[in-house]
Amino acid sequence: MALLQISEPGQSPNPHGRRIAVGIDLGTTHSLVAAVRNGVPECLPDDQGRVILPSVVRYLDAQRRQIGFDALAQQSNDPGNTIASVKRLMGRGLADVAHAARLPYALVDAPGMVRVRTIAGEKTPVEVSAEILATLRFRAEDSFADDIFGAVITVPAYFDDAQRQATKDAAQLAGLNVLRLINEPTAAALAYGLDNAAEGVYAVYDLGGGTFDISILRLSAGVFEVLATGGDSALGGDDYDRALADWVLQESAVDADSPQDRAALMAAARECKEALSEHEIAPLELQLDAGRIDLSVNRAQFEAATAVLTARTLQAVRATLRDAGLAKAEIQGVVLVGGSTRMPQVRQSVAAYFGREPLVNVNPDEVVAIGAALQANQLAGNNPMGEMLLLDVIPLSLGVETMGGLVERIVPRNQTIPTAMAQDFTTYQDGQTALALHVVQGERDLVADCRSLARFTLRGIPPMAAGAARIRVTFTVDADGLLNVAAREQGSGVEAQIDVKPSYGLSDQQIAQMLQDSFSTAQTDMRARALVEARVDADRLVLATRSALTADADLLAAGERATIEAAIAALQASAAGDDAAAVEAASKALAQATESFAAQRMNRGIARALSGKNIATL
Amino acid sequence: MNLQSDDFDLFGLSRSYAQDRAAVDTAWKALQRQAHPDKFAAEGAAAQRLAMQWSVRINEAYQRLKDPIRRAAYLCELAGFPIAAHHNTAMPAAFLVRQMEWHEALDAADSADAIDALALEVRAQLTEMLAECAQLLDVAHDYPGAVQAVRALMFVDKFGQDVMARQHALDA
Repeated sequence: MALLQISEPGQSPNPHGRRIAVGIDLGTTHSLVAAVRNGVPECLPDDQGRVILPSVVRYLDAQRRQIGFDALAQQSNDPGNTIASVKRLMGRGLADVAHAARLPYALVDAPGMVRVRTIAGEKTPVEVSAEILATLRFRAEDSFADDIFGAVITVPAYFDDAQRQATKDAAQLAGLNVLRLINEPTAAALAYGLDNAAEGVYAVYDLGGGTFDISILRLSAGVFEVLATGGDSALGGDDYDRALADWVLQESAVDADSPQDRAALMAAARECKEALSEHEIAPLELQLDAGRIDLSVNRAQFEAATAVLTARTLQAVRATLRDAGLAKAEIQGVVLVGGSTRMPQVRQSVAAYFGREPLVNVNPDEVVAIGAALQANQLAGNNPMGEMLLLDVIPLSLGVETMGGLVERIVPRNQTIPTAMAQDFTTYQDGQTALALHVVQGERDLVADCRSLARFTLRGIPPMAAGAARIRVTFTVDADGLLNVAAREQGSGVEAQIDVKPSYGLSDQQIAQMLQDSFSTAQTDMRARALVEARVDADRLVLATRSALTADADLLAAGERATIEAAIAALQASAAGDDAAAVEAASKALAQATESFAAQRMNRGIARALSGKNIATL
Repeated sequence: MNLQSDDFDLFGLSRSYAQDRAAVDTAWKALQRQAHPDKFAAEGAAAQRLAMQWSVRINEAYQRLKDPIRRAAYLCELAGFPIAAHHNTAMPAAFLVRQMEWHEALDAADSADAIDALALEVRAQLTEMLAECAQLLDVAHDYPGAVQAVRALMFVDKFGQDVMARQHALDA
C-alpha cells in the first residue's frame, strides 16, 4: 500500500511523485497491460516473461480458477468450464450472440446480459472479464510493487453503449479506477503517431480476434482527431478460424458434435491459420470422436474459404471513408493493427484497396496497449506539459422510439465527444401525465433493427391538452462514449434522468453484490480496500488542488484561499486516520470548497486559448 | 467569456457567414486543449463536471460553425429571425417540383453510377445556393431572404442525406 505523504501547507508533497497508470488492451483472444516507465511505454511481462495473457478463464470449482495460459492449455479437456472469447458476449443478450449453439460452453439467457453456465455457477461476461482484468492489475502491481492509480481500458471503436458500459463495470469489479475508456484504433494511432511524428490523415485498420474497426484520423501537432469510425463488433480472427473449420469438416466429411471436438477443431484451425501466415502450406491433423482429419491446407484454399469475411471489412472501410467525406487518395497512410492483420490475404486486400502498402512497423499485438499506456500516463497528470489531445467520436447513432416503432435520431454517429444534444417532444393525449422513453442505438430506421439500450418514464407531467407539454429529452455522451439521458417538461420542470445501464448493463447494487462475493480479490478485506481507495482519491485531490493554487492563486481573495487551505488540512488529517467514510466526506468538502475556484480557472484557460490564437494570427 | 457566449464570441471569430474553415478548426482545437475532460482526469469530480460542460459547449459551437447551413441558420437566429423549420414549410412551387423530380430520380436509380451522378448534382446545387445565402447574409443583410434560403437549403441537404444513405446501402 502506498503511504500517504503528509506535508505542511504550501509545501509540495512528493514533488517528483509519479502516479502509476496503466493501459489495458482487453482483447477477444488475448489481453495486455502496459505502462510508461522511465519515459518509455512498454508492455509488462508476467513472471515468466510473457507479455500476452490469453483471454481465457477456466473455473475449476466454486473457489478455484485458472486464467491465461493455464486455462488455454485445458480448453480441449474442459471446454464447458473454460471461457474463451468472452468479449463477444459483453453487453449482449442470447439472441445477439452469433453461433451460440456452436460454442463449447453453455450460455444461459438472462435479463440484460447472457450468462455462462460453469461448475462455479452462472457467470456474467462482466465477471469473466473482471478475472482477466484483475490478473493484469496484479501483474502491474507486482511490477511496480505499488498500487495502481488508474487505468485506461481500450474497447473496439464500434462497441455500442451496452458493450462499453459492460467493460467499465468489469474494470470496476476488478478494482481498477477507470481513467478513461478509449477506442482501440485511436490508441493504436496514438502509439504510432507519436512514434513516427506522423502528420496528416491516416486510416487505422484493426482486425482483432473478435472485432473489426476502421477509423479515419487526422493527426496534427499532437491532436488526434477521429473523423469517422466504422466496423463490425462481431467479426474477427475467430470467424476466420470457424470458416476454416467448416471447410475442413466439409473436405474430410467428418462431424464435430461434442463440445470437446468443437473446441479441439477450433484450436487446430487457429493453429493452421497462424501457420499459413508464415508458410504457403500447413497441415491440419486431428483425431475427433467421429474420425481422423488429416489434411494439408494451402493459402489459396484458406483465402477462398474466408474471402467473404475480408470483403466485409472492406465494405466497412468504404462506408467509413464516405462518412469522413474523403477519397482513398486523400489517406496518407494505412496502419494495420490486431493479430489478424498478419494474414497475408488481409494485407494484400487492404493494400489493393488503398493502392498503397500498409504500414506494419508497429507490433500489431502490442500497439493498442502501448497507446493506452501513453494516454493513461497523461491522464494521471504525469506529463503535465503533454501536448497530446484525443478527440474521438461516437460510432453509432443514438435516438428514441417514436410512434409506429420508428427511430427519431438525436445524436448522429461520428459526432465528436463529449456531446449533448436535445430534442423536444410533446404529449399526444389530453391530460397525459407520463411519457415513456425507449432509448436505442443504431443506424436503422426501425426500432426492431436497432439495439435497445434502456427504457424509462417521465412521470408527474401536469395534465394539459394534447400537444401542449414541451418535453425536452437531452442525450449526453461523455468522454468515455457513455450515454446519459435526461427528460424535463419545460413548463413544470418535472425531470427524469438515467444513466443508460439497466437493460443491458448491471445495476450498481449488482456490482456491489459481486464485489461482496468477490473472486480474485476474495482475499482482500473490503474495508481495507475502501480505505486505500479513499486515501488515493484524497491524495489525488490534494495534489490537484495544490497545483491549481500554484498556477492561479491570484484568482482568490485571501478569505477564499484560507477556506481552501483549511479544507486541505482537514482532508489530510482525516486521511491519516482509518475511517474511509470520514476521508470521503473530507474529500467532498474540499471539492466543494474549490468549486468556484475551478470555474474561474476554466474561464481563464478559455480566455488564454483565445488570446493565444489571436496573437498567432496577428 | 462564459458558457452563454455565442458561438462566434466563444471561438473569437467575427459574426459573419464567410469563415475560414482552417481558422475554425484551429480555434476548436485550441479551446479543447484547455477544456477537454482529459485535462482534468486526475482532478476531482467538480472539475471534471465543469470540463465536461465546457467541452460539450465547444463541440456544439464547432458543429454549428463548421457546417455552412447550420451557421447560416444560426446567424439568422442571432439577428432575430429564427428558421422555425417545423412550423413553416411553405416553399415556392417550382422548388417543390424540382424536389419531387429528384426523389423520383433517386427511387428509379438502380446503379451506383446513377446514384453517384445524382449526388454530384445535389452537391452542385448546394454550392450555388450557399453562395446566394452568403450574399444575403454578409452583403445584403437581408435576413428574411436568408431565412427562406436556409429553409430551401435544408430541403436539399436532407435529400443529399437520403442519397448518401442509398450509397451506404449499396456498400453494405
